[in-house]
Amino acid sequence: MIREHLPVLQVVLPLVAAPLCLLLMRSVWAWLLAFIVSLAALVISIVLLREVYAGEVLSYAIGGWAAPWGIEYRVDAVNAFILIIVTAISVVALMFAKTSVAQEVAGDKQGLFYTAWLLCLTGLLGIAVTGDAFNLFVFLEISSLSSYVLIGLGQDRRALTASFQYLVMGTIGATFILIGIGLLYMVTGTLNMMDLAARLAVLGDSRTVQTALAFLTVGIGLKLALFPLHLWLPNAYTYAPSAVTVFLAATATKVAVYMLLRFLFQVFDASFTFGAMPLGGFLAVLAAVGILSTSTVSIFQDNIKRMLAYSSVAQVGYMVLGISLVSSAGLTAALLHLFNHALMKGTLFLALGCVAYRLGSVRLGAIAGLGQRMPWTMAAFLVGALSLIGIPLTAGFVSKWYLILAAVERGWWPLVVVVIAGSLLAIIYVWRVVEMAYLRPPPEKLSVTEAPLSLLVPTWLLAGANVYFGVDTQFSVGMARQAAALLTGSSG
Amino acid sequence: MDLLGLYNYWIVILLMMMGFYVVIASGHLVKKLIGLNLFQASVFILYISMGTVEGGAAPILRSGVGVFSNPLPHVLILTAIVVGVATTALGLALVVRIKEAYGSAEEEDIHRQDDSL
Repeated sequence: MIREHLPVLQVVLPLVAAPLCLLLMRSVWAWLLAFIVSLAALVISIVLLREVYAGEVLSYAIGGWAAPWGIEYRVDAVNAFILIIVTAISVVALMFAKTSVAQEVAGDKQGLFYTAWLLCLTGLLGIAVTGDAFNLFVFLEISSLSSYVLIGLGQDRRALTASFQYLVMGTIGATFILIGIGLLYMVTGTLNMMDLAARLAVLGDSRTVQTALAFLTVGIGLKLALFPLHLWLPNAYTYAPSAVTVFLAATATKVAVYMLLRFLFQVFDASFTFGAMPLGGFLAVLAAVGILSTSTVSIFQDNIKRMLAYSSVAQVGYMVLGISLVSSAGLTAALLHLFNHALMKGTLFLALGCVAYRLGSVRLGAIAGLGQRMPWTMAAFLVGALSLIGIPLTAGFVSKWYLILAAVERGWWPLVVVVIAGSLLAIIYVWRVVEMAYLRPPPEKLSVTEAPLSLLVPTWLLAGANVYFGVDTQFSVGMARQAAALLTGSSG
Repeated sequence: MDLLGLYNYWIVILLMMMGFYVVIASGHLVKKLIGLNLFQASVFILYISMGTVEGGAAPILRSGVGVFSNPLPHVLILTAIVVGVATTALGLALVVRIKEAYGSAEEEDIHRQDDSL
């Protein structure tokens, strides 16, 4: 009975819980509610994943209105994969948030904090699950507006300017997406994605469709932080509260990658996006320049959170690189890196959150000798860092390996060089942190101790996942492959 | 080709570029938000004018009228207007907080105090 309603419950549950959170102004209760709801969403997404794993597609008509007219929620292998990532990260980040947020956010604002968190979760899950283009825009704005609030709650006053900057750029991006959807509606008269795809295939090429593609790509590129549209990201990630950085870094850009995939491969036909329109080469060049330039900028950052934020832009570059290859191997690599990057950046930002909790600073100069004082935290950071570089036996290696294989398959050798060069640059910036933490003596009067267990457990949970998915790739590669097959299959 | 026949698109493009220019060029954060509003308003007009059917009446069912304008884009844009209002409200709230923290809402003054924006 309840089983058939799972796709919509996924979104409705956090949406209804958000105002409840507001009523429970007492911070512990608000946290508990947010945590339980996230956990429930994770359970739902696991059940959904099991149902669509065999290649089945679940379609849910909201309010009983049939598909092209009513809003359809559609779960297939692609978005079930995204749902798992978003909900799992939300659960882990909330485990961490209880202690971290209690320190970083004022007591009377914590109820509001968890309300915004749940709304952001609603938006992200909604984007993933909906099959309606306009509904996607609404969920995009729900998640964006709540993430501006979450970022603005950072301790530093620069969090406010970062949030404002993100608001301006994010709104421009979302409006571009709105224009794109409007133009598509203009030529097809429908908003359902599957229906759009079917009608666009019949209508063929026209100036309006080309314009729609351009607006959608730029708009999603802004939300995705695709180079050179990434300018909002470094400040937003740096000054947001630690738990928020973990949540957004591991989910928000991933959902944007998902939007890009849905539009480029399913709504528009791949033969149009990458054949008639030269988007493949365009994206490949931007991704390659993005990887090299932002990795280089990372090396010169003094604030470790900022360094990792720039590295996130580079990692988005790897995913877009995989997409631009327009092959099933390339898409597999992109989706795999999407999953693995959520794990590695989650681990790194969680470990940094532990450092911020004890030291109150994440500047490079402040962490001298921290490897001795906070051994577990820094060890988790090291695991995440190795995964970021792509050392064998970590998750990061698997996705970079698949990416290189996909590039070789297409014979795009320069891209192979870019991927390897990006990894070498990652070694340099990560090494600066490792050297500072492990090879410098701690200052005499520094009396920090290891982070509390409530922070270490979620950190090591993700660190463990990095190693686990580096060794046992059956789930991650299997899922990515199936999702890629679905995306290329429907476009072929 | 009749360039002025589609004058609604010219209005949309003009408004959009005006809004975009204000967002980029003005240094005051409130002015930026007004520019952003203008930018969004142009898209509202794009949607609304898209629903118009030549010779069509307002979409209210009554006898003797056969051709109606398409009401769906109007309904859609109602949602987008709500989103726009929420964005503006949140943006203005942020400007108030920024003014409290920096004593100014001018981009240059904020830059001088923190080189972050």
